[in-house]
This record gives sequence, structure tokens and C-alpha cells, in this order.
Amino acid sequence: MVKKSVHEINRKIEDGSVNVVTAEEMVTIVEELGAEGAAKEVDVVTTGTFGAMCSSGLMLNLGHSEPPIKIQKIWFNNVEAYSGLAAVDAYLGAAQISDTRGIQYGGAHVIEDLLRGKEIDVHATSYGTDCYPRKVLDTIISLEDLNEAILLNPRNAYQKYAAATNSSKRTLHTYMGELLPNLGNVTYSGAGVLSPLSNDPNYETIGMGTRIFMGGTQGYVIGNGTQHSPSSGFGTLMLKGNLKEMNPDYLRAASFTGYGATLYMGVGIPIPILNEKLAAATAVRDEDIVTTIEDYAVGSRDKPVIREVSYAELRSGSVQIDGKDVPTSSLSSFKNARKIANELKAWVKHGKFFVSMPVERLCAEGSAKPMKETQVVPLVKDVMSSFVVTIKRDQTVQDAAKKIWANSFNHLTVISDSGELVGILTAWDISKAVAENCFDSVESVMTKKVLTCAPNEPVDLAARRLDRYGVSAMPVIDAQRQVLGIITSDNISKLLARRY
Amino acid sequence: MKIKITIPTERIHNPIISESIVETGILINIMVANIDSTYGELIADVNDLKFDKIKNALESRGAIVSILDRPIHRDEEECIECGACISVCPMNVYSFDDSWNVLVDEKKCIQCGVCIKMCPHGALKLGE
Ligand code: SF4
Ligand code: SF4
Repeated sequence: MVKKSVHEINRKIEDGSVNVVTAEEMVTIVEELGAEGAAKEVDVVTTGTFGAMCSSGLMLNLGHSEPPIKIQKIWFNNVEAYSGLAAVDAYLGAAQISDTRGIQYGGAHVIEDLLRGKEIDVHATSYGTDCYPRKVLDTIISLEDLNEAILLNPRNAYQKYAAATNSSKRTLHTYMGELLPNLGNVTYSGAGVLSPLSNDPNYETIGMGTRIFMGGTQGYVIGNGTQHSPSSGFGTLMLKGNLKEMNPDYLRAASFTGYGATLYMGVGIPIPILNEKLAAATAVRDEDIVTTIEDYAVGSRDKPVIREVSYAELRSGSVQIDGKDVPTSSLSSFKNARKIANELKAWVKHGKFFVSMPVERLCAEGSAKPMKETQVVPLVKDVMSSFVVTIKRDQTVQDAAKKIWANSFNHLTVISDSGELVGILTAWDISKAVAENCFDSVESVMTKKVLTCAPNEPVDLAARRLDRYGVSAMPVIDAQRQVLGIITSDNISKLLARRY
Repeated sequence: MKIKITIPTERIHNPIISESIVETGILINIMVANIDSTYGELIADVNDLKFDKIKNALESRGAIVSILDRPIHRDEEECIECGACISVCPMNVYSFDDSWNVLVDEKKCIQCGVCIKMCPHGALKLGE
């Protein structure tokens, strides 16, 4: 049994005799020496990760103006921050987007600009009080003008993350990047072998108070992250660090097309090797870290799992799905994760960084709950019209016109002899056919590529589809393509009128 | 060099490409072809010295030929070498080397622009 204390290790850091390796190097050391031998040899293992961490933000204090103001609303370069705190504090979320520049520029970009020494426009408003009479404030600040600029990240450094793919027929724009149609690619995030929490999965040394590498300086773990889900291997951390000391190499603003702004953060955590159990845990390899590939074609919380996959396979460049090689893309940078682990290693080695034990451990059990929703989400079948006027495809345009006239209904669904949906015809299609002197069969003038929806889909999804494709109605069909009803923008407006 | 051959709607039923190849004896390497009943667009590789000749042959039959000379450009300052661009590029322009640096083989680029949208750091542009 090897037993070391953090104090012993820190003494070794002080006198320069510490043996520190990266989590990547530790894999072979444990292979060669065994866990016990490695625990004797190695004092500290460094980890690193560099990826998109949307749940980040800057807690800042502006100092008082003259006359003073109790800020109610505030914008930095037109990105709104939250200031419902005391008079001149605000929290600028990385994912908040600019009122004027849209998703290209967000809170993350303001944070990076501040760090790079750029000047930032500040606009603030207030209702005015006797003690804080001022109602409007406009100024220009840079990082050094702030009293505090603390990066406060509620959910960072996921232990691992599910990979993403897309089985639908169109490209999806997501926080997991561009997902090509028909399972065209897989994207993933996380540093695998170097991932901090995967190297200490029982959270023995990573907890509240653990000193870490954060954005190029020393920061701290201040607790578990939000949505901490240790039982499923998706632990997260809440972190704090001083932006004024950080380095833009390790803090980069980003924007995902069609999704929005996010912050790439560099985080590294040293793991003091106190015993052989920790040595064994830090020998974790990409092969050992298993996650799932989920299908983002389904716009709901529970996405279908396509398969399980290890980080080794994800990082090989392609994964097998249904016997096909699908190319993979990493969204986080392994090169930078490695750079961080090595930089932290150098800090420890040269006596610039001392390891710490948590003052309180993170809970190692439990999982994040879904949202409690008191209002039932209406489904398509709840709002659709079950009165549908259908027409057979070989009937004439004149038959169609008569039907529309008789039922004062704008959409005819066209069905085959066995009742399957084959097309849709609107009053407008008929006017067009008449204008062009075309009185053939319905089939020759109908729209064949019909957008449809399923009865159990949430109305919101159907509404988004109507909107995206600029159509006013969609037949509701079952698995056999039999028409059950129709949902129109009218149904949806009525629902909204009831809701708000 | 890489060229784009666009075939307008009214010519789509003529064997423009084959005729031009047969007439000039110049082989072109077709890398991407999007052809349907209304429109055709091909990306092909052709020997620099033979470009003028095949261009004349194609254009005399109504095709539009342009040189693809603005391959993708990566701003190394902006790039964080995540590799997000790798999986979306149809021509495998991007790859990781052994040290997880992102390599860019610009010569293969057909300027489809897909990677530009994928890059979270705005590091990619079609060059001038
Ligand atoms: S996606 Fe952009 S940032 Fe990432 S490697 Fe490619 S060019 Fe670089
Ligand atoms: S423009 Fe298209 S072909 Fe060129 S590098 Fe980007 S994705 Fe690849």
C-alpha cells in the first residue's frame, strides 16, 4: 500500500524533487510498473481539456459612477448582461448574443476582447432612486478599469460528452457543429485520456477548493457544476478564476453557425497521486472512456442512441455505423488539451503551482433531473383538424375545384386507391392550373413532395417545420401513410391565442 | 488546375462533356458532378497547359467554364486546431497529423464552402 499526503507532495514540489507526468504519459507508466509501482514513482498527474463551454460567464464590478446609478439593465458592446444584483455588478453570460450583430458576436466575444485589452462600449439604464439618481450611463471601459473581473463558470469540464450525428435528410446546425444529412458525420467533444474528471472518476482529489489551471492562470473548483450527473459518468465542475490574469491562448470566443456564441476554455487539473487507486484511475485510456452517439435529427430531450462508442474510436477519424465508415470531427482541441497538461506539468515541476486537497468532496452519486413542466406540451393530434378533405389522384382538376368549393377548405390531400398520402393540392394550385388551361388529373398539378407530421409530435416542432418551409398546412399521417388529419397555421395560431 | 463546368438548362441533354473530350483528346478528371434534368455542374481537374483548348471546346457547346483559383485559406491565428472542419469536407482537405495539428491540403479544395460554416472560430475563408 502506497500512502502519500498532499503536504508531502507539496514539499517535493518546493524542493524540486517532484515527479510529475501528464495523464497521457501515465498510461504507459502504469502499464510498465503496475499501479503500485507507478504510485510510488509518480507524485502528480496533470490533465487538460480545451473545448466549447457555453456555461461560462464573467462576474464583474464597474465601480460607482458620478452621480451614482443602480444599474437595472446593462449592455457590453450591445450584448446584454444581467445586473439584477447590487448597483454596479453584472454577470455577462458567454452565450448571450449581441442585440445588433446577432449570433456572430456574443458574451464570449466581449470576454475575449476584454482579455485582449480592447475597449468595450457600456450602456446601462436604471429607474433612478434617491440614493442612485442617475438613469442612463454610457462609457467605454477596458479590463483594467474593472474592480473585479472573475470568470465564473457554472458548468465546465464535462467528464465526457455524448457524440452527435444526424439521420435526417437535411443539414442540422447545432452546438455540436454542422451535422450532415443521412449520418454524414459524427462530432464529439472532450479530451478522452486527458479529461480531468475521467482521470479521477471518484472525485477523490477534485472537489471544492481544488486549485487548477484555468485560462492560463490559477483558478479553483468551487463545487460541482450544474447538471452534475455523476451516476451516468457525466460529472461537471463549477469554476472560478481571475480574468485579469488569464491568457487569450486558453480562452477563445466562438460561434456555431445557426446556434450561437460560446466560449472555448482551457482547463487543466493536477491529480496528486496519494495511493495506487488514484494511480490506476489516472491510467485511463481513450479505449476505456465510453460514450454514446446520439441522433440530433430528433429535436427532443431524449435523443435516440445510435450506438455506444469509445473515445479511441471517435479519435481514430471515423466510426462504424451500420457497417459504414462515418468521418468524425472533434470540436475540442486535443492539441491544446495536451499543451495545457504539459504547461501545468511544467508549473508543478518548477515550483510554481502547488496541489491542494478539496475542502469538500463532490457528490459522486446522483443525476440531473429533467425540467418539471406543469403545462402539458400540446401534441399535433390535440390541435389538428381531423376533418380532412381527400381526393384520389386520378380525379380531375374540376373535381378538385368542386370539392374545395363545397367544403370551403383550402387544402386537399391526395391519396392513392389504398388510402396512402401521395400529394397535396391547394386552392392556389388549382387557380394556377386553370390559369394555365390545364384540366388534367389531380396528379399532374399536385405537389408530390409533401411535408407531413406525426400525431404524437409536439406542436412546437410542427410549427417550426411549417415556418421553415413556408407552407401553411401539413397532413398528419400514421406509419402506413394513412391521413389522420391536417395541421394548419390556423390551428397553431388558435393554440397560441389560448396559451398567451 | 481545378475547373468548374456549368451546363445551362437548355444544353443539359447534349453530351457536351463527352464531345469536348473526344474532339480535343484531353482527359479531364471529374471530381464532383451534380446533374439533374434541369442543371449541371461539374468540378474537374485538368492539366494547366491543356486548359485553353478544353475550355474552348466546352464553351463552343454552350457550357460555362471557370477556374477555381480561390482555394480555402485558414487563418492560423484564429484556428484552435479543433478539427471540426475535418468531417464536413467532401474532399478530405483537412486532417490531423501525429501531434494533432490540423493539416490543410488546399490543392484538393473544390470551394464548396461547407467548412466555413462549420468552423466555430471563423478561421476559414475562400482565398482571393
Ligand atoms: S474548424 Fe476552424 S478552428 Fe477548428 S481546426 Fe478547422 S479551421 Fe481550425
Ligand atoms: S471549401 Fe469545401 S472542399 Fe474546400 S476545404 Fe472547405 S469543405 Fe473542403
